[in-house]
Amino acid sequence: MSTKTTDYPALPEQLVDELESLSKERKLTADEKKKAYALLAETYDKAKISPGEAIGIITAESFGEPGTQMTLNVFHFAGVSEMSVTAGLPRLIEIFDATKAPKTPQIEVYLEAKYKKNPNAIKKIAVSLKETKLEEVVKGFSINASKMRIEARLDHAKLKTFGIKGNMILANRIKVRGVFVNQTKTLIAIKPKVKTTLGELYHLKEKIKLAFVHGVKNITHVLPLKKGDEYIILTAGSNLKDILQVDGVDTMRTRSNDLYQTAKVYGIEAARQVIMEEAEKVIQNQGLDVDVRHIMLLADVMTAKGAVKGITRFGITGEKASVLARASFETPLKHLVTASLTGEIDPLNSVIENVMMNQPIPLGTGLPDLVVRMDKKKAKK
Amino acid sequence: MINHHVHKKIGQIQFGLMSPHQIKKMALAKVVTPELYDKEGYPVDGGLMDVRLGVIDPGLRCKSCGGKLKECLGHFGNIELARPVLHIKYVDTILHVLRSTCRECARVLHNEAKIKELKDSLSDNPVLLAEQLREMREISKKLKTAKKCPHCEVEQKPVKLDKPLTMVEDNQNLSPVEVRARLESVSDDDVLLLGLNPKFARPEWTVLTLLSIPPVTVRPSITLETGERSEDDLTHKLGDIVRINQRLFENINAGAPEIIVEDLWELLQYHVTTYFDNTLANVPPARHRSGQSLKTLTERIKSKEGRFRHNLAGKRVNFAARTVISPDPKIGFNEVGIPKKIAMTLTVPEMITTWNIDYLKKLIDRGPKSYPGANYIIFEDGKKRNITDETKEQLLQEVTIGCIVERHIIDGDISVFNRQPSLHRMSIMAHKVRVLPGKSFRLNPAICNPYNADFDGDEMNLHIPQTEEARSEAEVLMPVETQIITPKNGLNVIGCIEDSISGIYLLTKKLSFTREKACELLYSVGVKTPRLPQRATVTGKEVFSSVLPKNFSFVGRSSDGEARVVIKRGNLESGIIDKNSIGEDNGDLIRELYKLYGDERAIIILGKLFRLGTEVLLRTGFTITTADSEISSELLDQAQEQIKKANKAVKDIIQQFEEGKLESMPGLTPEDSVEMKILEILNKVRDTIGGLVFKETDHDNPIIIMAESGAKGKKLNLTQMSACVGQQALRGKRISEGYNNRTLSHFKAGDRSPMARGFIEGGFKSGLKPHEFFFAAMTGRDSLMDTALRTPKSGYLYRRLANALQDLKVEYDNTVRDANKMIMQFSYGEDALDVAKTEGGKLNIQRILDSIKK
Repeated sequence: MSTKTTDYPALPEQLVDELESLSKERKLTADEKKKAYALLAETYDKAKISPGEAIGIITAESFGEPGTQMTLNVFHFAGVSEMSVTAGLPRLIEIFDATKAPKTPQIEVYLEAKYKKNPNAIKKIAVSLKETKLEEVVKGFSINASKMRIEARLDHAKLKTFGIKGNMILANRIKVRGVFVNQTKTLIAIKPKVKTTLGELYHLKEKIKLAFVHGVKNITHVLPLKKGDEYIILTAGSNLKDILQVDGVDTMRTRSNDLYQTAKVYGIEAARQVIMEEAEKVIQNQGLDVDVRHIMLLADVMTAKGAVKGITRFGITGEKASVLARASFETPLKHLVTASLTGEIDPLNSVIENVMMNQPIPLGTGLPDLVVRMDKKKAKK
Repeated sequence: MINHHVHKKIGQIQFGLMSPHQIKKMALAKVVTPELYDKEGYPVDGGLMDVRLGVIDPGLRCKSCGGKLKECLGHFGNIELARPVLHIKYVDTILHVLRSTCRECARVLHNEAKIKELKDSLSDNPVLLAEQLREMREISKKLKTAKKCPHCEVEQKPVKLDKPLTMVEDNQNLSPVEVRARLESVSDDDVLLLGLNPKFARPEWTVLTLLSIPPVTVRPSITLETGERSEDDLTHKLGDIVRINQRLFENINAGAPEIIVEDLWELLQYHVTTYFDNTLANVPPARHRSGQSLKTLTERIKSKEGRFRHNLAGKRVNFAARTVISPDPKIGFNEVGIPKKIAMTLTVPEMITTWNIDYLKKLIDRGPKSYPGANYIIFEDGKKRNITDETKEQLLQEVTIGCIVERHIIDGDISVFNRQPSLHRMSIMAHKVRVLPGKSFRLNPAICNPYNADFDGDEMNLHIPQTEEARSEAEVLMPVETQIITPKNGLNVIGCIEDSISGIYLLTKKLSFTREKACELLYSVGVKTPRLPQRATVTGKEVFSSVLPKNFSFVGRSSDGEARVVIKRGNLESGIIDKNSIGEDNGDLIRELYKLYGDERAIIILGKLFRLGTEVLLRTGFTITTADSEISSELLDQAQEQIKKANKAVKDIIQQFEEGKLESMPGLTPEDSVEMKILEILNKVRDTIGGLVFKETDHDNPIIIMAESGAKGKKLNLTQMSACVGQQALRGKRISEGYNNRTLSHFKAGDRSPMARGFIEGGFKSGLKPHEFFFAAMTGRDSLMDTALRTPKSGYLYRRLANALQDLKVEYDNTVRDANKMIMQFSYGEDALDVAKTEGGKLNIQRILDSIKK
């Protein structure tokens, strides 16, 4: 929190900025401005959060209560596109759980300045992003029993639409284990390295069909969209690492809605931002209103340890120091058993254990302690 | 009495396994017979109900501590098992230790270098150590693949677990005796590397030689009406164990054949196993004679009804009441109406002092049966005495200063009011007691919103805080007025509702009164010195202004977004007050009042506003009839015309589509494009009809008044009643499924017309056609399902969130930290502002500048 006025170092930057711009607008004199600062500082002080406030519970309530009002409608169509996104409660659960495999991963691909206003270039890049499988660029497959190999006849028209040049050697791209791949102008021949039966060859054919030949893996759909004054590409499926390698992609602005990929590629701070943005999106979509501070706290908690942790018994709750706190959440027996083996000590410094012990909890009014120095003479009596 | 308490605080809890030595030391009786009671019904010595283990009968005294029922908490006993058995909960650990240690020399299968490295990494700090040990366990788990012991070079054989609890080494069963012997020979140092803390958990302690018997008080028996005793499940199970154990002893001593001993041993293992856990896979659960499975230790602990969540994390309280709620708009927002009957049952302890002795004596004299009276007296020695007509005289003589009288609750006492589900902190608020006739709790309808209550049979709970600390916390932190602004988004959750909004809307829109009537009206809401101009007739705006503070200024908007509401120095100069100003969730005027005058004054003014609204309606009259939703036949014709037009437009689109001429929208299949276009047309037609209805309807129409003021209902509701219900949408689409290619058997296959896909042409008033009614029921059912499925899902999410975040608090330096002082945020929300103290999450700088520059 940096500040600009030395007189009021405690004021957050945003407030100072707002006051500055407003005072300019209303033409305040220096004296009046000084008064305004004093008043603002007073107001700010009064609105500050009280120490000991059980802010975690307030945040949980702020999500839990509107959660009951959200719809279960799983899909939501973003704009005019066919690209559907998980929405409502299911998406919120996905975010807070930090699900490893979200239902509708998506990337917003921003493009470098020279491409971003050229619709044709965009379409080209878009096509080159889509994962293309062998079966999509061939006319058909057949099994040549005499040569014991699979033959795929190339469809040059289709190759062209996918932006694959005819003479580009597809053979090198087909990465299926244990086969030789040969390519002529119209034919790709796939022969197993070891002798196989016809039945096995048949299985292999099915596998070969899905062999990856072009584009970026896991990107199942692409859709160029106009956003503001530029074009972006929306993809279904997320593979941030590989997409950033593609020429023309703006690596600074391209974002994925996949928490783990973001954390891995851009780092944990970016993951925090994604959690915030995605949660905010869901809440706004549902016509609800939850203050950003709550979303912020939750995102911070999920990323505080340097890795994305979900709000599950395997994530945050499972890592609590207190045995009793973990046991009271889920799978109590498991926690008690391991605690007994490692000789764990429960320091009783969080809420739930003290509730169990019928002791004051270390929050709010339970926080202050009174230290009394006993009069020595009286103590002797 | 308070002075005599010694508060002991539990500092920390150490977890560990119980060693046989500990079990023996803790035990005060050895259980040797499965019999429970003798012929007289007295507990047998050495039985499971031995009086040395505590008492559950009112007459008996515990032989160990001499305490009576409720005084003696009970004592542990033990059973000496004839042969050792495995503890089912530690089978994995046993297997792990066996696999990771040498079968000959009992050393860990790490090589020397690794042993040294791991040992050096261990910490002295017990908290850290526990965590490290968990890692050690994972590291040593990989040792099961080791072929040879690096210490004595003996070849290792694979150990397997034959589920549920037989150890098999190289196709040979290991008996618990052998297992125990192996575990014993592992050295303490090596045990550490296996992830066990030998100080608290030697591996051999997981093979039981002694079984601890829980106190009788843990497994009390119930006496049935017939006088028959019904024992607890645990007692039953322990009885089985003791019985088999004794038989095993006898057989071993008599030198019975090995087969018989083995069988009994296995049976003993089964009973001990099901004693710990009766829900295991592969182990048939032990059952009652009735066939119901026994609830043993594990089942007692786990799940929602288990010890943790049911008894430890959730506790029951005394001094609580629950009954049906009903509305009373005449009591204050921060009051709750309490039936006399409840007021005479719940009490408040009040200590007798010089200043209140006469008053409290009067209450004692009235006794428990007349209100206000008192129910009990607690004397200084802690004895509690019932006040009755007979004892009254004597008690009055005996009471002195320092006695505590438990008196009936009276008006003005503080109470805590709650409605489940308690989803946010506004679900539990403090109210002042108001004793009223009747048998239901009464609350002001304006505070239904934070509780999410209605009066269709809802019940609510009420608690009376009993200590000075609890009362002051309730009074300072929990009153309704402190909860007007929610910390969720900084908006008000309490405001005027329904009739009150319509009333104020009408008042500020067009009403005027004679001065006399206006004064009377204002007096009825509690304004005793109205600020009205000296005129024969006064306007509604002037009446409204009288309720506001003199120096109150405010600029806002009404819900239609057009009219500006201007209040200058306590005078409503222009604009109509409606939901946008005084409603809940987004009442600008209320937030302003709260900000400027603080919670106590704000709630009083709000109460007056609310009463003003209802009183206005009371005096002017406000009602609706079915005729209010009637529209002229010309208008109906026009509506039909619109629908016809839309039908035709849809038909055209379908035709285009079928001919393949329809241009599909970007990114959509042709099918989806048709749907999208049709939906657009159909949604538009209802809006157009709505517009027509609206244009024609009189603006004095009460339905319109309610919709415009925001009191209840929308304009859409009027449209639906009078003219056209419109398109029924199922999951964002028109209704499309049912029969093959059609929604109902009334239609031809592939019919895409509005009628066949859930468009309802008629209004509710003219009635729905059968298929229309069916479509409406479909969407209705869908939304019911949605609600039913959503509640548990969001409930679970909430539980997890609350569990994960409950320890976070703001420290004195504004950082947010968890229970271990780990920092989550350096400054709460980056600016350390409390959302509940802001206006929608922001500070209002405009107002600050306004106050400086006028």
